[in-house]
Amino acid sequence: MKERLEELEQEAILKVEKAETIDALKNVRVEYLGKKGPITEVLRGMGKLSKEERPVIGQLANEVREKISVAIDEKQSKLEDEALEEQLKDESIDVTLPGRPVQVGGPHLLTSIIEEIEDLFIGMGFDIREGPEVETDYYNFEALNLPKGHPARDMQDTFYITEELLMRTHTSPVQARTMGQKDGKEPVKMICPGKVYRRDTDDATHSHQFTQIEGLLVDENVRMSDLKGVLQTFAHKMFGEEREIRLRPSFFPFTEPSVEMDISCKMCGGKGCSVCKGSGWIEILGAGMVHPNVLEMSGYDSKKYSGFAFGMGPERIAMLKHGIDDIRHFYTNDVRFLSQYHNA
Amino acid sequence: MLISLNWLKELVDISGYSTEELAEIITKTGIEVDGVYEPEDLPENIIVGNILSCEQHPNADKLSLCQVDTGKETLQIVCGAPNVRAGQKVAVAKPGAVLPGNFEIKQTELRGEESNGMICSLQELGVKEEDVPEAFIDGIFVFPDETEIGEDAVELLNLDDSIIELDVTPNRADALSMAGVAYETAAALDREYELESPSYEETKEKANDYVTVKIENEEANPYYGAFVIQDVEVKESPLWLKNRLMAADTRPINNVVDITNYVLLEYGQPLHAFDFDRFNSEEIVTRYAEEGEQIKTLDGKIRTLSSHHLVITNGEKAHAMAGVMGGAESEVHEGTTTLILEAAYFDPRVVRQGAKDHELRSESSVRFEKGLDVNRVRQAGERACELLEKYAGASILKGVSEEDHLNREETKIRMETQRLNDRLGTSMISEDVKEILRRLQFGYEEKKDVFDVQVPTRRFDIAIFEDMLEEIARIYGYDRLPYTLPNSAHQAGGLTEEQRLKRDVKTYLEGAGLSETITYSLTDKVSAEQMISPELQEEEQGAIRLAMPMSEDHSHLRLSILPELLRTHRYNLARQQQNLAYYELGKVFISEDEEHQKQPREITRAAGAISGNWVTHPWQQEKKEVDFYVVKGIVEGLAERLGVTFSYMKGELEGMHPGRTALVVCEDEPVGFMGQVHPRYQKEWDLRETYVFDLNLDRLLEIYEKEETFEQIPRYPSVSRDIALVVDEETWAGDIEVTILEAGAPLIKQVKVFDVYQGEHLEDGKKSLAFNLLYQDPERTLKDKEVEKAHGAILEQVASQHNASLRQ
Ligand SMILES: [Zn+2]
Repeated sequence: MKERLEELEQEAILKVEKAETIDALKNVRVEYLGKKGPITEVLRGMGKLSKEERPVIGQLANEVREKISVAIDEKQSKLEDEALEEQLKDESIDVTLPGRPVQVGGPHLLTSIIEEIEDLFIGMGFDIREGPEVETDYYNFEALNLPKGHPARDMQDTFYITEELLMRTHTSPVQARTMGQKDGKEPVKMICPGKVYRRDTDDATHSHQFTQIEGLLVDENVRMSDLKGVLQTFAHKMFGEEREIRLRPSFFPFTEPSVEMDISCKMCGGKGCSVCKGSGWIEILGAGMVHPNVLEMSGYDSKKYSGFAFGMGPERIAMLKHGIDDIRHFYTNDVRFLSQYHNA
Repeated sequence: MLISLNWLKELVDISGYSTEELAEIITKTGIEVDGVYEPEDLPENIIVGNILSCEQHPNADKLSLCQVDTGKETLQIVCGAPNVRAGQKVAVAKPGAVLPGNFEIKQTELRGEESNGMICSLQELGVKEEDVPEAFIDGIFVFPDETEIGEDAVELLNLDDSIIELDVTPNRADALSMAGVAYETAAALDREYELESPSYEETKEKANDYVTVKIENEEANPYYGAFVIQDVEVKESPLWLKNRLMAADTRPINNVVDITNYVLLEYGQPLHAFDFDRFNSEEIVTRYAEEGEQIKTLDGKIRTLSSHHLVITNGEKAHAMAGVMGGAESEVHEGTTTLILEAAYFDPRVVRQGAKDHELRSESSVRFEKGLDVNRVRQAGERACELLEKYAGASILKGVSEEDHLNREETKIRMETQRLNDRLGTSMISEDVKEILRRLQFGYEEKKDVFDVQVPTRRFDIAIFEDMLEEIARIYGYDRLPYTLPNSAHQAGGLTEEQRLKRDVKTYLEGAGLSETITYSLTDKVSAEQMISPELQEEEQGAIRLAMPMSEDHSHLRLSILPELLRTHRYNLARQQQNLAYYELGKVFISEDEEHQKQPREITRAAGAISGNWVTHPWQQEKKEVDFYVVKGIVEGLAERLGVTFSYMKGELEGMHPGRTALVVCEDEPVGFMGQVHPRYQKEWDLRETYVFDLNLDRLLEIYEKEETFEQIPRYPSVSRDIALVVDEETWAGDIEVTILEAGAPLIKQVKVFDVYQGEHLEDGKKSLAFNLLYQDPERTLKDKEVEKAHGAILEQVASQHNASLRQ
């Protein structure tokens, strides 16, 4: 019996080696290790053996079975590896061909700039307020210390609808409205972005519709140095920590004192170049301390409350940041312009 | 305002500062500098020469052959100017001289005659043509006879001057004069300046005996002064005076006009001179014009006036529009010998009205409009008298004939050092404040850190504490203010729910492949009223029109965003951009009343327009054009993003394809529409097949549920069943869906179309719709029997309501 088992082992291993496919290997397994296989048969005939021989042959039979099994497993994994390799070879592709285009859109550059500024002021504790684009003469002018006939109304040529209705020329009416709602009691801390309109002929530097962001802080004991601090924080975050700011006197009817803020020119580092027209400074925004008439008209006691306001043009900021030379680009919506700034 | 530094130098000590530095200081302390013009490209080697003889060039009709004495030598120069004469003192560019534009003068031969240089015109020396006196426009410039031969012509003509251009804001009208700028510069540099008082001889005769002044409306004309000046010789102004005017971009005319212009620049006070004889009256009456009254102004135009225009009359006839322009009739001319010189104060609003109505904004009217120093009006007249005495040989009659209602009181303002510090964030002491007031030359009294400031009338812009705060701050220096943050810096800010949702909507649409646009709210009437969303059509009352549009293209407020979005498509298509997917979040404007008198309702809409290929895969030949269902998918996704439920109804709308338009309904009310643009419009507007959507975003944000309650994740399995129904081809899937959901309630959870088929194996006029149905109970596992029962009920209902049969 011992010989028979050794013979079977050799025979089986030879067949395993010859097996070229996984199916052939499966047949070998069934033939030799199956319930009706020769090894099982040998084991079944063990009854004829002596007590002493039985365990010896039993052990041998198990060893043979184990050897054949291992050989089959090894061969199996070898065949599988080969098959996989073959498959991978078949499946390989030209990875340099272009991918299937994904349709992606993006925000308008002005929206990106406005949201960046919004987020920056939100970080400093400001809320965002919005208001109507068709305004009353009262909120657009009178509540902002610009009574009828005031010469400074010339500074902003206005699209009137009726004598009392107009396209807002700035977003400041939102400030007047917000202050009015607070009944002269609570502090106000807000910025108001939005579209504004002026009676201008569209050209490279003028647009009859454009955007503005104005800010307002009214509270007890607001100082001009606070305005300077807030504007510096804004300028550093928006344009870079290395930029310097300067304030210089200006005039707006709704603020007193009024200033304009410049930042140092990035192109020349302040030495003067064509971008800054030789001055080393670039004008960014107008600001000032809220005029007492404006506070009083909105119900605030100007002895107790003070505040500051500022206003800037996202178009101008976008043009400066990206070197855009014509304001009309923002409103013609040429896809070749828009898509340049989808990740701005 | 153009500031000549050669002039300023005579008023204030500006030594030690370069032009750039001075411009920087002026900008930082007070007035914006718009430009600095240094004398670059200066002509060199130009001297004064005397033309000894001037003869016809032997070989050229239009040329002259001149012998010119330049002091050291006599040069023969060929000159082409028509006004060249012997005996003239002229600017000579000798060989080697370089004129602006790098034009070098060389010894040369012209038509056979030697020419050793050039006799120059002012233009050739770099003066702007509009500033050149008329007599010299078409020829060479001629110096006054007394000019020394050999002198430097560049210096004589003030061509080495530096100019600072100021952009004077409306509140700083005091700086619209050299005197004002001198006060400002003196304060900025901490140097001295005071405007000198004029002086001249007066005759024994009194102005009052020649002419009297009567003001009819004190409010419109608080002051009118008339000087009478005799023996005037109208002639050219002295060179220095011409230079001053030319540096300020003003063309010299004659001494009388030039002197009034000069005083305007120096004092900021406009003056006007009448020819006394032609004025032809012994009284001056200022009054409002009569309706329809006419006057011929200096520019030769006949102007028709109305009752809110102020005029200067001789008691009968208007001889000037007050502050705006003089009349032609009494204009000063070469033969004028006696003048009436007007120095007046007119109400800014009155002058503004006149200048605006007649489009006659001038250096004079602008100054009247912005305000004048009440203490400088009469003094400016005196200054002109002083100059006329000197440069027109005039005799000045005693005194001034006037009517005077001006309030010359100085404004008093109280300010406390502490309050200044509180407002500025500084820590000044009273000594610092005094120092600043001294530099500003403002009078004050101070007791225990409380100042009572007396503001000079030249600073008529200062009225309240905050104005003084600005004065103190700017002279103290804004760059010296500390950087602090507001005490409320700890407060949290943030977006409102609505603002956050709007950002979400944008992000969603961009993720869905659309790019944001911003178009104009103002458009033409037709576009403004096109493609109005159905839910707005009932209430809209036509587009609101601007009172005075700049053009018809931007004359009306839009009622829909889509026409502008489609215009954007057309623009890009015309530029070979094929695949376009745009959206815009913007407002439309619904008038609340027919007359458009009330503030309109502004509604934020989310609109989009898509055309061209939606899916492309170039090298696999995959290409799919946008269709209705692409846009619908985007709209459905938006509903999901906002957590609202839309249903869709077939819709018909002007401008839209009648078979491919759906109304979008939310909470039983229409909130917008979507579909294909009508092919007729597509053709008319040069568009490709274009699909649009337009939704009332404001309404959707209202509907959006704020508290999203958590929905349990189902714990029990669902049962899925498919059915294929054969129906008439007009039957809509959406209607069957509704029936299935109603009939299968409460077990049916979801219905989805997964196949639509029409063609072989089906009767003509029939189609097959296949649905996947999902049954589920949140509390337990469903039994087959229950599902069968519900399924049966559904089949029964679809059969009876939609004539649907199961497809075999
Ligand atoms: Zn620069």
